Amino acid sequence: MQRETSRYSVFSRRAALLMSGKAALATVLAGRMYYLQVIESDQYAVLADENRIHYRMLAPQRGRILDRFGVELANNTQNLRALIVAEQAGDVAKVLTRLRDVVPVGDHEERRILREIKRRRSFVPVSVVENLSWEQFAALNVHLPHLPGIQLEIGETRGYPKGETFSHLIGYVAAVAEADLTGDPLLELPGMKIGKNGVEKLQDEPLRGKAGSQRVEVNAIGRVIRELSRDHGERGADIALTIDAGLQEYAADRVDGESASVVVIDCVTGELLTLVSVPGYDPTPFTTGLSQRLWQELVSNPLAPLVNKSIAGQYPPGSTFKMLVALAALESGLATPDHRVGCSGSIELGTHEFHCWKKKPGHGALRMVEAIEQSCDVYFYDLARKVGIDRIAEMGRRFGLGQSFRIGLPGERPGLMPTRDWKKATYGQPWHPGDNLNAGIGQGYVLSTPLQLAVMAARLGGGRMVTPRVVRSVGDMLLPRPEAPVMAIKPEFLKVVQDGMVRVVNGGAGTAKRAKLPDNLGVLAGKTGSSQVRRISKAERQTRVRKNEEKPWIERDHAWFVCYAPAETPRYACCVLVEHGGSGSGAAAPVARDVMAEVMRRDPARRMPGERMAGQDDKRGA
Amino acid sequence: MTYRPGTALGLKEVELTLFQKLIGIRWLLLLLVGGVVAVGVIMLYSAGRGRFEPWADRQLLRFGLGLIAFFVVALSDIRLWMRYAYVFYAFALGLLVLVHFAGTVAMGAQRWLDLGPVNIQPSEMMKLALLIALARYFHGLTYEEIGRPHFLLIPLAMALAPAALVLKQPDLGTTLMLLAGAGAIFFLAGVRAWKFILLIGGALSALPVAWNFLHDYQKRRIYTFLDPESDPLGAGYHILQSKIALGSGGVFGKGFMQGTQSHLNFLPEKQTDFIFTMLAEEFGMMGGLALLALYAGIVVHGYLMALKVNNQFGRLLGMGFITSFSVYVVINMAMVMGVVPVVGVPLPFVSYGGSAMLTLMIGFGLLTNVYIHRDVPIPQFGASH
Repeated sequence: MQRETSRYSVFSRRAALLMSGKAALATVLAGRMYYLQVIESDQYAVLADENRIHYRMLAPQRGRILDRFGVELANNTQNLRALIVAEQAGDVAKVLTRLRDVVPVGDHEERRILREIKRRRSFVPVSVVENLSWEQFAALNVHLPHLPGIQLEIGETRGYPKGETFSHLIGYVAAVAEADLTGDPLLELPGMKIGKNGVEKLQDEPLRGKAGSQRVEVNAIGRVIRELSRDHGERGADIALTIDAGLQEYAADRVDGESASVVVIDCVTGELLTLVSVPGYDPTPFTTGLSQRLWQELVSNPLAPLVNKSIAGQYPPGSTFKMLVALAALESGLATPDHRVGCSGSIELGTHEFHCWKKKPGHGALRMVEAIEQSCDVYFYDLARKVGIDRIAEMGRRFGLGQSFRIGLPGERPGLMPTRDWKKATYGQPWHPGDNLNAGIGQGYVLSTPLQLAVMAARLGGGRMVTPRVVRSVGDMLLPRPEAPVMAIKPEFLKVVQDGMVRVVNGGAGTAKRAKLPDNLGVLAGKTGSSQVRRISKAERQTRVRKNEEKPWIERDHAWFVCYAPAETPRYACCVLVEHGGSGSGAAAPVARDVMAEVMRRDPARRMPGERMAGQDDKRGA
Repeated sequence: MTYRPGTALGLKEVELTLFQKLIGIRWLLLLLVGGVVAVGVIMLYSAGRGRFEPWADRQLLRFGLGLIAFFVVALSDIRLWMRYAYVFYAFALGLLVLVHFAGTVAMGAQRWLDLGPVNIQPSEMMKLALLIALARYFHGLTYEEIGRPHFLLIPLAMALAPAALVLKQPDLGTTLMLLAGAGAIFFLAGVRAWKFILLIGGALSALPVAWNFLHDYQKRRIYTFLDPESDPLGAGYHILQSKIALGSGGVFGKGFMQGTQSHLNFLPEKQTDFIFTMLAEEFGMMGGLALLALYAGIVVHGYLMALKVNNQFGRLLGMGFITSFSVYVVINMAMVMGVVPVVGVPLPFVSYGGSAMLTLMIGFGLLTNVYIHRDVPIPQFGASH
């Protein structure tokens, strides 16, 4: 049939055409497969791995801060906490209600939890309660089957077991601020904390350690499927300080309630055994987040708990400065140890009358040693007038005043050792002879910190130019202790002031006879000082002058006592400052005596079997 | 008009016994289909993370139901299909209209009719109904009649009406498949080549107009097809992730159930439209080519079967179906390999989906049917009468 054949031939022809078209398409597909899976395969394999493998940084454990014997001053404490994973919890509010039967969760907290859950993906754990007690933690563990989505975790937070006593020294860690970011990705880890003050800040690098990393496989929405590998990183180095924690605590207890500073330094090595500033503050809220109220309280406290007075408090040294005036006079040859001055209670310079602390009839005629023993102001007015400020300042610098030692703590201040040029440059006025007299008794422009006076005492007693240090070792590495050079001053001159200082405590007319040590603890040599409060530092001005009822206290003199022991072979020096303590002999010397007695009791060179030291029943590392 | 088989042209009536019909079934074709289904079940098992639930088991069950449908259709009398071709078409078209008004909306498209215990997708039914109706129409035309344009108006309307309804759902993939199937039959029936050129030219010039009728998501798909890397986390994500999966599979693949792209959910729709990507990731180019070869075997087989049919209705239907089938395969593979835009065409027998499985099995039933009845004469009537 014609019609049928023509239709059929058209059909067959066209079917063949379609088939060849399909064959061509199949070839295209196979070619495309070859292109993607052979030619471009490597590139896509990399992309596939980038898709599924995420690198995560693991925060290293922060190093501890220890005292010289290994007592922990900053550690990482267990933080028992409960987290919630929203997708496992189902009804979060219901789980939280049940959780409340075991541990308290405030309404405010609940709102925070719900807010955080909303912000994150449903499988990311959100913190519910931190710092649970063991009892609460255990109770939660028991209830866990009824608390879907709740995860219990033992995390770590920075702990400061000695709290306030070491607050200025150790400082604290806190969350990384925008300004702290250096590009180190470690700093961008959530929950990362870095040192913000004290040793925590200055030794932050070694304490931080090296970040670890973790390779995890994730799915398309970022959920971790499994861990592929893990590099633990390196935990931060432990920092050991030169401080003796027991001694520090003893000293802090001794001046508790005052606004004071106690510094104890090794006359041979310069190591600081104690660096106390009271009152301190509790570092924990600084780590976890400080409330506005607490901050206001700290700032407005007249005793300035935030200031490390040992290194940042600048006060006129008062009579403790007199040894340096004596040395300047001796070295200049303008006076000998036998130089005599008659004290009638005051001295006149031009129209101005300068008083001795002992009113008429005064001390009478004194030699240099006696002048130190009795702290006669008139004698040192005379010396200062003769010697002049520039020689005194030079001697002051040699003994550590007017400079910063950079011991490695934030806020260390240099004090002030005035000279003629300084006054000209600062005030545009010439140096008056009266200025010499004021400087001669450590008043006027002279300013010093307790640390500087402790160094001075150490250099006076030990005759070595020690430099104070607070860090003993970083990790396993003991920091080098270069031998302190002998002071460039004639030993016989040094001997004069040393004799004077021994007599201050042990002599018949000494100003600090109350500071005498028990015989078995050796001989203490020292010097009292009472500095008139003329200059008030800015911080003090802000926090104190406002409160009127404190005015009598605020006008009292600052009490100083510097000393070293044992007098024959000096090993330890100490400086005590009690702000507005009244007099050095009354407020500072007894503290220094007790502290030095404790120092001597602890001195391994002297210690007798069976003797008790303060803090001995503490659990100690060594 | 009453239908009396074989009387119109005085042809001898041919009746086949059930045994003859069973002998006529091309079992190799069924085996190849079974092979592809097996590949699908294996991949769905992998997509279900090594479990038969929720996909592999149901796919197998549907294949079983599909087999029953296959035999019922294959062994039925071809003249029944001829007789009820328009009724079937009208029914499917009616359902498409119904779905437009009462369909269930899922994933942003209105494609399903909720009939209580089962949901049906009328557009799937229309894929076959259109082929049958067109085959019947062209069966009744002489070669000369096909040359006259006004005879093409009716079949053109028959193809465009359901295509427009499906496009409205919106379902661009099925629309294209409907048009491809209709086009195949037009072409095989002998519509003059220049008319195709005219039509394609007209369609191309209408593209800018059609562009305005596209939904935003459809426009976006075309944009991202042209430059998938421009928006790797947005609309280009599917194509890019699919290419990564394929490429990282390499020659031999990552191993069964080891596909990172698919198992970590970087690959979207891994159990449906992108299942070929998963296969090529886990079994590499070798796996991909093997599946392609299986499909080629089916298509060649179907082609040879359709060629042997001696009546116009049967061969148009058979060849039309096998051509549509191959277009599905090509479009899906080309789509996941980033050769054509993502249009939402599943991979036959492998992608998870019940309606598609049933349609395909009925389709192969029809192919077998026309093959079995290849020598049954069917009187030419219809449009010309």
